[in-house]
Formats: sequence, structure tokens, C-alpha cells
Amino acid sequence: MMQRIRTFMFRNGSLLLTFGVFVLIYFVGTQLYPAMRKPQVFFNLFINDSSLLLVSIGMTMVILSGGGGIDLSVGGVIALTGTASAALLRGGASPYLVIPLMIVMGIALGALMGTIIQTLKVQPFIVTLMGYYFARGMAYIISLTSVTITNEVYKTFALTPIHIPFIPKAYIYPTTLVGPIMLVVAIYLSFFTRFGRTIYAMGNNEQSAILMGLPVARTKIMVYAFSGLCSALGGIVFSMSLLAGYGQHASGMELDSIAAVVIGGTSLSGGVGNVIGTLFGVLIHGTIVSILQFNGTLSSWWTRIGVGLLTLIALGVQSIFYLRTKRS
Amino acid sequence: MKQTSFLGRLRRSQAFWPLVAWVLILVFDAIVEPGFFRLGIIEDPVYGKHLYGNLVDIFNNGAPLMLVALGMTLVIATGGVDLSVGAVIAISAAMGAVLINPALGNQLITNEILTRNATNTPLPLIILATLAAGTVCGLWNGWLVSRAGIQPMVATLILMVAGRGIAQLITNGQIMTIYYTPYFWFGNGYILGLPVSIFIVAGVLLLAWLLVRKTAIGLFIESVGINAKSTYYSGINEKNVKLLAYTFCGFCGAIAGLILSSYVHSADGNNNGLNYELDAILAVVMGGTLMTGGRFSLLASVIGAVVIWTFTVTVYSLGVPANALLAAKAILVLLVILLYSDYTRRLMNRVFERRGSQHDAAH
Repeated sequence: MMQRIRTFMFRNGSLLLTFGVFVLIYFVGTQLYPAMRKPQVFFNLFINDSSLLLVSIGMTMVILSGGGGIDLSVGGVIALTGTASAALLRGGASPYLVIPLMIVMGIALGALMGTIIQTLKVQPFIVTLMGYYFARGMAYIISLTSVTITNEVYKTFALTPIHIPFIPKAYIYPTTLVGPIMLVVAIYLSFFTRFGRTIYAMGNNEQSAILMGLPVARTKIMVYAFSGLCSALGGIVFSMSLLAGYGQHASGMELDSIAAVVIGGTSLSGGVGNVIGTLFGVLIHGTIVSILQFNGTLSSWWTRIGVGLLTLIALGVQSIFYLRTKRS
Repeated sequence: MKQTSFLGRLRRSQAFWPLVAWVLILVFDAIVEPGFFRLGIIEDPVYGKHLYGNLVDIFNNGAPLMLVALGMTLVIATGGVDLSVGAVIAISAAMGAVLINPALGNQLITNEILTRNATNTPLPLIILATLAAGTVCGLWNGWLVSRAGIQPMVATLILMVAGRGIAQLITNGQIMTIYYTPYFWFGNGYILGLPVSIFIVAGVLLLAWLLVRKTAIGLFIESVGINAKSTYYSGINEKNVKLLAYTFCGFCGAIAGLILSSYVHSADGNNNGLNYELDAILAVVMGGTLMTGGRFSLLASVIGAVVIWTFTVTVYSLGVPANALLAAKAILVLLVILLYSDYTRRLMNRVFERRGSQHDAAH
């Protein structure tokens, strides 16, 4: 029995730690600010961080695939998706056409970056950094100012509250559901498909994955395409929640999502971690932002500094964990 | 001993391709805008007689980028990257502006005091503090990379995002306008009719060149970039080499911040040095330094920076908005990286080999 518990702790230790930290921070928040005890505050975490959750799911898969894998383009793709969809909707295009088009664009951008990384052996960060600047630049080419969305379908999606059963006065929006649905998809992909197992295998050791005959090249391109899909979905959700698209939107989102992934226990060297941890990473990020907002006297730049510090602490904790597993 | 002609040596140097690119852009400018190369001498009420013209402006306004490119070259040569240079510029600019602010202490802040051409802090102290702020940022990056063992990209990304927050924290979220005229000298002044910033760039370039080419440090940096582990095994403290490269990059960012804030007479935490990391990486890559580290050339990077600034000025004069230029630059960086990649080199080799074998077959 003890042995089983120990194995369970060893396998899920960092996940439990992340969960524990989330509960602790949330508890501290409710003690500091009694208004945080309302259940709606918890659901607001999902509402406010819905696009961050989407982007972080894609980021987790990319980081898990190893080889210095990272996707710095996420914020840019969100801005591009938002601006492009807003401009298309203003031009009178049907939202049922615009949404699939944006998703295809996101997948195409991701697949293109993945192909360059895989076939030309350029470091992922430089390719995705260029993807970031390219996407932001394109967003500014589409419009130099913020484009508002007045489309009725978008408004319905963004503003219809869905009441949570059994909890009075608690609600979410339809757009909030996209993140959790994608999370379920990602959990299925990473734990129950060959695609997922290949990601873990190549994250641990790409060379042996190739020697085992796993389709490493194809999987790597697909991972970046998946991240592109997540970013595009994140961009659609982002533009729906703000009902606008602008090239400056989602600035700094890449660090936020890397922070969420790292806090969630995923190792930056790949192969270790999972998307469930990322969910709690995103929730921790959201809780800290909420606490800053409830405080009210702290200025907006503290959020930036806070996220930077948080990433640093998470990296520190991770390296201690890593050293310990290495020693044992 | 085989004598090589000047042209032959030039063609094989790393500075050759950026020079070609520069000449091409200048030719384009000469055709599109006939008055582009016009130079003149103007009498300035503050700084006396000096040279003016587009070319002088390119060197004067491009000076911060050239400095950042110098620092970035050493960092990239060690196999790393510094994404925080833009934020470091913002931090050091904010530091300068805050120290100049004449309304220190409990004084009642009125517009009359704020806009005074005066400061409570002596100018040398302001400069020292500005440079120190950036150098500390560089030290921090270097510490994270060399001692904490965090990937350079993630380590510097932290400061890239948090740094702008820190800059806003220093200026309390304000865009600070500077009214202290002696401070303007760095970005607007002239020595012997040429902008001060050119002399600063030349000075830093000379210092860096002496450091890396007249001591063994340059060799250490290249060897760390090629293989950090074997460098360590051959008895070189590779951690200190990395630390030095990042610290120097922070120092260069600080001087760039000083010149930039002096040129625009203000410090803005959100926009000072925005997207400089992209331009600096582009300059270094254009100068023929590989992103994976190894061989580097400081002069080639500076010429790369001049090319980028000339390109930027040219595109602005064609009426393209500043932010849209980002997309074009991103594609440019990627193309240059692809040209230098292993894959392209192998492809070229294969093409040449095939041609060679066909040639043999024909005989």
C-alpha cells in the first residue's frame, strides 16, 4: 500500500503541488478579500482566462515535444486572428465562414512554422519569434486602429450567459466553454492516442524516438499546427469577449502561457508534464490577477512583474524537483 | 606567402554581404529619391556648425541599434540570445529621466518646477546610474543563463515582459519629459560637425574589439558557442564567459537607452526601444553570425544595423506605416537564416556536385 502511494506521489507529485498552490493562493485571496468568496469569482477565472487557457494547451504540447520546442507566436496569432476576423465581419462576411477560415489560417501558420523548424533545422524560438512579428505586422497592415465587431452572431456568443445549475447567480458565457472542451480533446490526444505517446517519446529523447521508428517529423509539424489551432481559437474567443480586434491585443501572452505551462509542472526540456497541470497553472495566473484587481491600489504594471516573478519561482521549484529525481 | 588582393579579402570577410545589401539599398534610394545623398552644413544655435543630411541622420538615429547589435553579437556568439534588450533600453531611459527630475523629495510638484531646465543630480551621476541600471539587467540575465541554467530564450523573455513593468514602476507609469538641456547632448550634440552618437558607437566598437580580439576572450566566446561542454573540459570557465557576454549586452542596451532618451527628450516605459530585439537579431544574423553560435564579427553586425536602419528610413520615406514594417522584417530575418542554414548549404553542395559530375561525364 505504502509503495503504491509512493509511486502515485512520484508520478503526480508536481501536479498535486500545483493543485495545492492553487488552493492555497485562492484561500489566501478569500481571507484577504471576502468578496472573493462568491462562486462567480471562481467562474470568472475561466471567463477571463479562456484564451490564455487555449493558448497554454497548445504551448504545453509544443514544449512537451522537446528539442527546445516553444511557440512564441501565440500572442501575435491572437492579434492577427482578432483583427482579421473583425475586418472580415465589418466587410459583411458571414461569421460561419469567418470562424472556419480563421481556424484554417491558424493551423496553416502553425504547420508552416513546424515545417521550417523540422526540415530546415532552425531553432524553434527564432522561427516562432519571426511568426510573432509577422502576425503582429500583418494585423497592423489590416488595420492600424482597433476594429469593433458589431456582428449579431458574435454578440450572441459573447453576451448570452449560461447559468450554472445548483449555484445561484453564477454564470459563464458560451465562449468560456471552448477552453475546457479543447482541454478534454488535448487530454485524450496526449494520453490515449499514438500522436500523444509519440510527443512524450520524442520529448524525452528525439534520437531514440526516430530509431524506434516513430513518425517524429510528421508529429513535430502536427504539434505546431495544433498550437496554431489553439492560438486561432484563442484569438476568436479573445475577439468575441472584447468584441474588437487590434494588433496590440494579447501583448505578453506568450510569457503568460509559458508561465502557466511551467507552473503546471511541465519541464521546458520536454517529455515531462501534462495539460491538466497547465489548467491549474492558468488558474493560478488568473487568481493572482484577481487578487491584484481586488486590491485595487496596485497599478497594472505589477501584473507584468508578478508574472515574471512567478515564472522564475516555478522554474526554480522545477529545477529542485529535477535535481531530486535525478539523485534518486 | 600568397598575396591576396584587397577585393579578394573583402569578399571573404563577414562584412561583405551586408555591405553589398547596403549599397543596393543606397542605389535604390538614389533612383527613387534624387535628393537622398544631399549633405550640407548648418549653423545650430546650441551646437554650432554641423553636418546635416539623410546619411548623417541614418548614423545618428541608428546609433542605439548599432550598440544593441554589438552586445547581441557576443550573446549570440555564445549560442544564446537576449530578448530583453528593448526592455533594458526602457529601464535605463527611465532611470535617467527619473534622476533628472528636479522635483525630488517632498517638494510641492508644480508644472513650473517640473519643466525647469535643472536637475538635483549631477550629470556624471545620472550617466553612471543609467549605465549601471542596464548593466545590472545584463548581469541578471547572465546569472540566470550561466548559474541558474535556464534556457537563454526563457531567461531573457522574463525580463522582456517584466522589464517594461519595471520601467513603468521607475517612472510611476508616467511618460517623463526631460527639460534638462545638457542631457540632450548625447543624442543631439555634435563633435567636429559629426553627431556625438557616432563617436560613442565608435568608442564602444573599439573597446569591444580590443576586448575580444586583443585578448583571448573572443576565442573563449567562439568556443563556448561551438561547444560549451568541451570548452568546460578544456579548462575554461564557460559560465563566466556567458556572464560577461550578457553583461556586456546589458551595458550596450544601457548606452542605447541613454542616447535614445536624450534624442527624444523623454522616457516612456511602454515604447522606448520597442521591437529592438527583432532589429538587433536581424543585424547580427545579417552580419553572418550563426544563431547557433561560434564565429562572429562585430564590425559586420554594426554594418548590418546600418543596413537595417537605411532600409527602415527608405521604407518610411515610401509611406509605409511603422508597425506594418514588422511583417516585412520578420520575413527578411527568416530568409537570411534560411540562407545560412545547414539545409541550404547541403542543397547548394549537392547542386554543385551534380554539375561537377555532369561536367566530368561530358569529358
